[in-house]
Amino acid sequence: MLDYVKLLILGLVALCAAIAASYARDMVYMVHMILVMVTAAGLFIWQLRRTGEPVVPVPTHEYMDGPVRAAAIATAFWGCVGFLVGVVIAFQLAFPQLNFEWTQGYGNFGRLRPLHTSAVIFAFGGNALLAASFYIVQRTSAARMWGGGLTWFVFWGYQFFIVLAATGYVLGGTQGLEYAEPEWYVDLWLTIVWVAFLAVFLGTLLKRKEPHIYVANWFLLSFIVTVAMLHVVNNLAVPVSIFGSRSVSVMSGVQSAMTQWWYGHNAVGFFLTAGFLGMMYYFIPKQAERPVYSYKLSIIHFWALIFLYIWAGPHHLHYTALPDWASTLGMVFSVVLWMPSWGGMINGLMTLSGAWDKLRTDPVLRMMVTSLAFYGMSTFEGPMMSIRAVNSLSHYTDWTIGHVHSGALGWNGMITFGMLYYLFPKLWNRERLYSLRLVSWHYWLATVGIVLYAASMWVTGIMEGLMWREVDAQGFLVNSFADTVEAKFPMYVVRGLGGTLFLAGALIMVYNLWMTVTRGPAKAAAPAAAAPAE
Amino acid sequence: MEDSYTIMRVFAGSWGGVFLFASFVAVILFALRPGSRKVHRDTANIPFRYDDKPAADDDAAPAQIKEARQ
Repeated sequence: MLDYVKLLILGLVALCAAIAASYARDMVYMVHMILVMVTAAGLFIWQLRRTGEPVVPVPTHEYMDGPVRAAAIATAFWGCVGFLVGVVIAFQLAFPQLNFEWTQGYGNFGRLRPLHTSAVIFAFGGNALLAASFYIVQRTSAARMWGGGLTWFVFWGYQFFIVLAATGYVLGGTQGLEYAEPEWYVDLWLTIVWVAFLAVFLGTLLKRKEPHIYVANWFLLSFIVTVAMLHVVNNLAVPVSIFGSRSVSVMSGVQSAMTQWWYGHNAVGFFLTAGFLGMMYYFIPKQAERPVYSYKLSIIHFWALIFLYIWAGPHHLHYTALPDWASTLGMVFSVVLWMPSWGGMINGLMTLSGAWDKLRTDPVLRMMVTSLAFYGMSTFEGPMMSIRAVNSLSHYTDWTIGHVHSGALGWNGMITFGMLYYLFPKLWNRERLYSLRLVSWHYWLATVGIVLYAASMWVTGIMEGLMWREVDAQGFLVNSFADTVEAKFPMYVVRGLGGTLFLAGALIMVYNLWMTVTRGPAKAAAPAAAAPAE
Repeated sequence: MEDSYTIMRVFAGSWGGVFLFASFVAVILFALRPGSRKVHRDTANIPFRYDDKPAADDDAAPAQIKEARQ
C-alpha cells in the first residue's frame, strides 16, 4: 500500500514540476523545476521496479549505519568542493583577473562567494552533523534509528536541498539574506526535510534503552530544534508568483536586519557550535577512551550556552539603525558567553587528563584537541570583537573573515576531520586507518594553513580598519578605499596559500579514507566486549 | 496594536527575564544537587556500552553492565 502512495506522490510531483517548469517566470525557477521533475521521475522508476518485490526483512538488532556511511562520504566530498571554491575566491580577490570574462554572471566572485559559504557550512558541516547525529543517537540510546527509511529520506532530501541551493546561487537565485540565500521553495523543502530529521532523532531518543539521555544528544537536539525555528522565522516571505523564484520578505528595514542577524548568529551558535559540541562530547571521550572530565560541567555548559547564545545576534548591528539598548544587550550577552564556551573547552581538554601521552601517538586525538584549542581562541576573539569600541575597528574589515575562519577551519573543520578518521574504520569494519603518517600530514597542513589564514587576516583587517579611520591634521580622510585594497594584496596571497594548504590536507584525508575502506585489513571478529580494556 | 507590543515588551523585559533567569538558576542547582554524582558518573559512561549492537529487549539494566572506568 505504502509503495503505491509513494508512486502516486512521485508521479504527481514530477507532473506538477513539469507544468511549473513550462510556466516558469525566470531561469532559476525553470532549472530547479526541471531538476525536481527529473529527480521525481527517476525515483518513480526506481520505486516502480521495487513495487511488488518480496520485502527483505530489516535487521532489528543492528544499528542503521547506511545513512551514517552515506553522510560521512558526503561530508568528505562536499568538504573538498567547498574548500576548493574557497581557494578559488580567495585568489579571485587577490588577482581580479581570475573573474574571467566568459564566466561573468556565473563564476565571478559575487556568485561563488555564497556557494563557498553554503558549501562549507551547510553541505560539509551539515552532512557532518547528519552523520554525527545518526551515529551518536543510536549508540548512546542503544537503539536502532526510528522511522525505518525516513532516515534515508533525511539524507537524500538534504543532498537535494544542497543541489538546489548551489545551482540557485550560480544562476543568481538568492533572496539576499546571508547564510539564508535559498529562495522560498527551497526553504519549504528544507523545512520538510528538517521536520523528518527531528522526527527520526526524537523517535530514536524515545525508544532508547538507556535510562538517561547522554549530553551529546542534548546538544544535537537543541541544534535541530533551534535551526528549525531560526529557519522558519527568518525565511518568512511571500512569493511574487508560485511560478517564479522571487519572494518578498514579510519584514523590512531594521526589523529585517535584526531578524537576519538573530538568525545569522544563531546559525553559528546552534549549527556550528551546539551541533559540533554534540560531536565533541561523544567523539573525544571515545577517541581518548575515557569519559568526559565532568558531566556536571557539561550540563552547565549546555544550559548556559542555550540561555545566552540566542541573545547575542545584535552585536552584528553596532552603529546601525538598531536601537542602542538592543546592540548593548547583544554585546553584553556575547561577552558573558565567553564563560560557558571556555567551560566547555576546558571540559573537553581535561577529558584527556591522565591520557595526555596519547597525543604523542594518536594524530586523530591531536586533531580533536586542536579543534578545541581553536574553539577556545575563536570564542575569546568573538566576544572581544562584539564590544562596540572594538567593533568600530573590526567591522567590515577582514578581521571578521579571519575570526570566522579560525572558528570554521579550526574548530568545525578539525573536529569533523577527527570524527571522519574515527568513523571510517568503524563503519567499514576495518582494523585501523590506512596510514597514521598521512593523518599527521593532514594535521600539519591544516594547522599551518589556518595559521597563515588567520594571521594574514588579522594583519590586513586591523591595517584596513586603521587606514579607513586615519585623518590628517585638517580632519580629512587620508586613504581612499582603493589604497586599502592595494595595501592588502600581499596578505590576500598569503590567505590564498593558507587555504590551498588546508585543501591539500583535506585531499590527503580523502585518499587516506579511500585506502582505509578499500585496502585496510578487516577487523578480526572480536568477542563483543561491553567495555574497552583499561 | 502598539499597545499589545508595549505589553509584550514590558513583560519580556521584566517577568519574562526573571522567569528565564530563575529557570536557568534552577537547572544549574538541579545539576549540582546532592546525590547526582552517581547518576552522572553512570551517564558519562554511556558511550562505552553499546558500541556495536543495540540493547536487546530483554537486556539487563545498564547498572549491571561493566563500567568503562573502574
